[in-house]
Amino acid sequence: MVLKIIVLIKQVPDIERVRFDVETGRIDRSSAPAEINPFDLNALEAAVQIKEKLGGYVIALSMGPPQAVSALKDAMARGADEAILLEDKKFAGADTWATSYTLAGAIKKIGAYDLILCGEKTVDGDTGQVGAEVAEQLNIPHIYYVSRIVDFNERNVTVVSEMDDASYTIEASYPVLVSVTKDVNKPRLPTLKDKLRAMKSEVKVWHAADLEGFVDLNCVGYFGSPTNVHKVVIPQERCREGKIFRNVEEGLENILNVLKDRRLI
Amino acid sequence: MDKLSYKNKIFVLTEYRGEKFHPISFELLGKGKEIAERLGGELCAIVMGSRVSRDSCMNLIYYGADRVFLYDSQLFAEPNVINFKHNLVKLVEEEKPDIILIGATHFGRSLAPRVAATLKTGLTADCIDLEVDEKGELIQIRPAFTGNILAHIKTKTKPVMTTVRYKVMSAGRMDLERKGLIVFKDAEEPKERNVKIVGKYEARKLNIADAEVIVSGGRGLGSPEGFNLLKELADLLGGVVGSSRTPVDEGWISKEHQVGFSGNTVKPKLYIACGISGSPQHLAGMKDSETIIAVNVDPSAPIFKVADYGIVGDLYQIIPLMIKEIKARKVNKG
Ligand SMILES: Cc1cc2nc3c(=O)[nH]c(=O)nc-3n(C[C@H](O)[C@H](O)[C@H](O)COP(=O)(O)OP(=O)(O)OC[C@H]3O[C@@H](n4cnc5c(N)ncnc54)[C@H](O)[C@@H]3O)c2cc1C
Ligand SMILES: Nc1ncnc2c1ncn2[C@@H]1O[C@H](COP(=O)(O)O)[C@@H](O)[C@H]1O
Repeated sequence: MVLKIIVLIKQVPDIERVRFDVETGRIDRSSAPAEINPFDLNALEAAVQIKEKLGGYVIALSMGPPQAVSALKDAMARGADEAILLEDKKFAGADTWATSYTLAGAIKKIGAYDLILCGEKTVDGDTGQVGAEVAEQLNIPHIYYVSRIVDFNERNVTVVSEMDDASYTIEASYPVLVSVTKDVNKPRLPTLKDKLRAMKSEVKVWHAADLEGFVDLNCVGYFGSPTNVHKVVIPQERCREGKIFRNVEEGLENILNVLKDRRLI
Repeated sequence: MDKLSYKNKIFVLTEYRGEKFHPISFELLGKGKEIAERLGGELCAIVMGSRVSRDSCMNLIYYGADRVFLYDSQLFAEPNVINFKHNLVKLVEEEKPDIILIGATHFGRSLAPRVAATLKTGLTADCIDLEVDEKGELIQIRPAFTGNILAHIKTKTKPVMTTVRYKVMSAGRMDLERKGLIVFKDAEEPKERNVKIVGKYEARKLNIADAEVIVSGGRGLGSPEGFNLLKELADLLGGVVGSSRTPVDEGWISKEHQVGFSGNTVKPKLYIACGISGSPQHLAGMKDSETIIAVNVDPSAPIFKVADYGIVGDLYQIIPLMIKEIKARKVNKG
């Protein structure tokens, strides 16, 4: 038996470089190159490590615009055996519920699977909700904030989940969805050979019509989304004292007085 | 669900662990009360725990709950999300609340999406503010893009569900005169059983999110030993040591100490950043601290843009002097 692993991957802008229009709050996605969401690289690395030990088949699955093909090629360079992009105008503007609904529909179409891996959260949406919502739509358990994969075999996986006041070791039988933090591993860099191989391989693109029978098209995209963004603002930075000293003695004197005034010393 | 059956009922999911309520519970009640008053609604606190003290449930009433739904069962001894989900969904179907507030703790953020997906309703993550607009609709305000923007979000479906960040709402005042009802509920065990908690292997030693003073170090420390110096300062100030991601990745300090987008979000009274440049991911976790002090050799480091006070210079010169001065002042005082 080979393990079938699905990794959820989102293409996101490089957050260090992306620019925002302060007036309108609009995000200028063309201002920054797109990449795989950093936490999803950890999910992919975990999948590839399991495959290397146990044998398996890794599918990278993403919903996004046509450009997201490049993120999926990158995923193949990093060890995914197959890549599927859900791309359609009808899918655009989805919130986490509609996103997870669409992803779950595609997973049903893929058919049997053992393990689904995803990242803790995306650097743009930053909700961390999509994983658990996918699991619920598929009616399988999920384990969040996984910092370590302790053990795995053909039937189950044992992981460490970081809850608020304690870490828990959790054992789950397949199928299960696991959402990982950056502590789970260090994603490797693809070699030139891997990149060349991936360039030539094909990313499957599924449009809305391809999900017929698996999703109700009234429930996808903007119109299927229960929440919508009604305004975006650039946060007003708190007005800070902004007293920067180049002279150490003067700086220390000032800072110590402030600490004393605020009863911190 | 039938929209007419809702009568401005607001649910707050409390978190009961280690024989007490996590402070987020009272913060949610504070905000919940404000919304309930604005909408003329009822505020209900949901308690799911094991061996829950009845007295402590009275506190929920003193802090604003009109009704407390109390589930006291072994099923809630560990954070096994499926048990919580099953019972919460059942209660929501019976009581039909309009709004559900859940803490954006790791537990809350693992549970809430599961519940929202079952109820086929919208969920807004990690809100830092909630407002009621003139139409009586809830506006949920949350950071996105690693804290670079704030999105105002509305939910079309009922119930409106949101998770709320710790330490951004205030608990309101305790009123011992307040009356309320405690409703005892029986917990039901769900059938799904293919996830097993096999061990609770390590209680967190450090809860940096609760610290009032944090002295953090970054790559500028140059070595793990640098944290000894920061620890000395933190101890003097009654605080704890924090870190940017770099020292954690380098293995200089454990990950519980990490502040930022992929670590802890903190909001202490005082945050001292030593040898930290101030990347957007670091700022996302600490920029709401009350007072920020930065020490960095590079005057153009972005950390100085959010600092109240900063010293341009070598932390290995400045921090020992600061320690010496604080000690001297303490001696003078005593
Ligand atoms: C998805 C993602 C999530 C991330 N999450 C986090 C997170 O949660 N937290 C986080 O911190 N980072 C996070 N990062 C990493 C972040 O992008 C930066 O790389 C990191 O914050 C830099 O850490 P630093 O400031 O310690 O190091 P640097 O940026 O290298 O800065 C070191 C600073 O030390 C100063 N310095 C050097 N020597 C001295 C001296 N002797 N005295 C005084 N100053 C000195 C230098 O001038 C410099 O400004 C994340 C990145 C990604 C992509
Ligand atoms: N559009 C998408 N396509 C595929 N996977 C996604 C998508 N959005 C989110 N995910 C997955 O869900 C995780 C959490 O995302 P989020 O809820 O947006 O913070 C990500 O790390 C991804 O693994």
